[in-house]
Amino acid sequence: MPLLYPLVFAAFLFSAGVYGVLARRNAVMVLMSIELMVNAVNVNLVAFNAYLKDPLLSGQVFALFVVAVAAAEVGIGLAIVLLIFRNRETVNIDEVDLLRW
Amino acid sequence: MEKLAWLVPALTLVAWAVILLAGRRMPGKGAEAGILAVGTGWILSLGILARVIGGGEPYHLSGEWAPFAADLSIPIGITVDGLAAVLLVVVTTVSLFVQVYSVSYMRGDERYTIFFSFLSLFTGGMLIVVLADNLLFLLLGWEVIGVCSYFLIGHWWEDHDNARAAVKAFLTTRVGDIGFMLGIFVFFWSARSFEIAAIIEGVEAGRISSTTVTLGAVLLFCGAIGKSGQFPLHTWLPDAMAGPTPVSALIHAATMVAAGVFLVARMYPVFAASATALNEIAILASVTMLIAALLALVQDDIKRVLAYSTVSQLAYMMAGLGVGGYSAGVFHLFTHAFFKALLFLAAGSVIHAVHSNNMSEMGGLRRVMPWTFGTFTIGALALAGIFPLAGFWSKDEILTDAYNAGFGTPAEELAGSPGVAQTVFVVGVATAFLTAFYVARMLWLTFGAAYRGHGSPHESDAVMVGPLVFLAAGAALVGFAGSPWIGSNNFAAWIEIPPLPAEGAAHVNWGLAAATTAVALLGIALGAALYRRGLPEQEYLARAPLVYKTLERKFFLDDLYEQGFVRAVTGALAPATYWFDQRVIDGVVNGTGLGTRRLARGLRYVQSGQAQWYAAALFVGVVGLAVVVTQVVGR
Repeated sequence: MPLLYPLVFAAFLFSAGVYGVLARRNAVMVLMSIELMVNAVNVNLVAFNAYLKDPLLSGQVFALFVVAVAAAEVGIGLAIVLLIFRNRETVNIDEVDLLRW
Repeated sequence: MEKLAWLVPALTLVAWAVILLAGRRMPGKGAEAGILAVGTGWILSLGILARVIGGGEPYHLSGEWAPFAADLSIPIGITVDGLAAVLLVVVTTVSLFVQVYSVSYMRGDERYTIFFSFLSLFTGGMLIVVLADNLLFLLLGWEVIGVCSYFLIGHWWEDHDNARAAVKAFLTTRVGDIGFMLGIFVFFWSARSFEIAAIIEGVEAGRISSTTVTLGAVLLFCGAIGKSGQFPLHTWLPDAMAGPTPVSALIHAATMVAAGVFLVARMYPVFAASATALNEIAILASVTMLIAALLALVQDDIKRVLAYSTVSQLAYMMAGLGVGGYSAGVFHLFTHAFFKALLFLAAGSVIHAVHSNNMSEMGGLRRVMPWTFGTFTIGALALAGIFPLAGFWSKDEILTDAYNAGFGTPAEELAGSPGVAQTVFVVGVATAFLTAFYVARMLWLTFGAAYRGHGSPHESDAVMVGPLVFLAAGAALVGFAGSPWIGSNNFAAWIEIPPLPAEGAAHVNWGLAAATTAVALLGIALGAALYRRGLPEQEYLARAPLVYKTLERKFFLDDLYEQGFVRAVTGALAPATYWFDQRVIDGVVNGTGLGTRRLARGLRYVQSGQAQWYAAALFVGVVGLAVVVTQVVGR
């Protein structure tokens, strides 16, 4: 399989994730989009690992680390969203703009 | 003792600072600091004079204030020679007595403390002028006294007339100061130094061309014209009487106005080297003394009579210097300080008692104010030049020098022309007559006949009368310093500056003295005869309406200056400058502030508080950076 296919696929996933982070109003959807971006990065890492035939399998190992970190990050992110909901009765991040001018 | 000379001005300047900072909290409201400082200076000055009389080299103390380059630096230093020592005594004496007098005269004034601070500052500035050994330092003191004069004349500035008089005084002397500064530059450029000794030496060694010397001397004299009220810059002095009487006594009688005379005396070898300068001085002086004496004849305000008298007597001093009578001119400065300060302070005593400056509201005061009357009379007779009071000796010396320079053989070779000296003599004698006349008029209108006013005048307290008595003693006795009886004209010996030898009024021309005294007595007799019974129905001179009107309008000079210069400035130049300052300069400053605020108002929308907005900005930035790095830098 040519290297191009997984890279394009990862780029597409990443862009979808960026769109989601920037354009979704629901905080949980934003977190999901962040997950998408993380997974796109993982695909990228594994693709390069396969292409370079690395004996140490650094790409795959790194991807496992990324998965662990992403899990922890989502846990904390959801906890914050929960607290925001408790205080503001909403998960619409457009309405959480207290640090404006 | 000379080594302590620097203390004399330093103490008064310290007093100025002390009074400004702590005066109001002091029990005497600051007056004690000023009097203490000038009193100590007075004692020091007497000691210095005693040492100088004994003979000896002048004492120098100098240093560099601001070195600029190899041959250009701003020096600071003092010279204590005979001339300086004499002036030290004059300035500290008059300042001391004026300050003591002011304790009573200004009692209750709401700006009492500031008044005393300015008196101290002024005294310090004048002492700097007297002691300075280079023209820049002298100029510094000169400007200080000019500015103090402004503040003190305008002490009661709530009355706009006083404020206007203060501005008039300051600006008129400023006009003269322009010439003065140009003169300093001429001499610096030609002698490569600001130091007076170096300039004098350069002139005498012939290193400076005579045209340059004349130019420089004439320019320097401009400063003296302004400060000492010579024609045509004399118009500010009568208006300066708007200030409190102690101010008039200190500044506009004895010291500041004498600064111009002192300048000429200090730089005398330079002036003596230029016939043009000497003649100019003598001619201007003759004009000034005559018109001032004429103007004094029609004044109702007693202070104005004294003001015009001061202008006239200053012209006498200048005339003396102009005909080669160096010691005569300075001697008259010395005696005049005493009797003029006395006259002003005594007039102040009268004004305090009568609550008016006008002689038309005075009269008959000899019975209720005996001390004031007695001291005033002594001062008046000294002014008129009656033997043996101080004014006689000094005025007579000037007239003798003028006579010798014009009609006889002068004591030494001097550059001025005999014709000018003859004019000075004739005008001087005429002015002596007029002086005696207006003095008698003043005396009789104030103290003679019966009281014309509505109050109940009484003698002033001891704090005011005390200085009067001391100054009267001075006015009576100091003349003997220049008389032939105390060791053949000591005064000239005190102030001699080599290479001009001390000339002898050791040979008093008794015939001439008798003649001039007769003229003075004639003037007094005429004045007494006309004013014996008080103010006439109509002033005598008013019977010649054209003459009277000319005198009343001060020869139309004030009108001329007003129309010619003042209007142009206040009508056109000043509003234009004001517009420029308000619209353009303030516009730029305010505009900068306004512009910044508008910019800020536009920029603050960047901070929306929304996380996604920030994330989007971040993303755009990263993409941009990536493009730059891979496309531009990578190559």
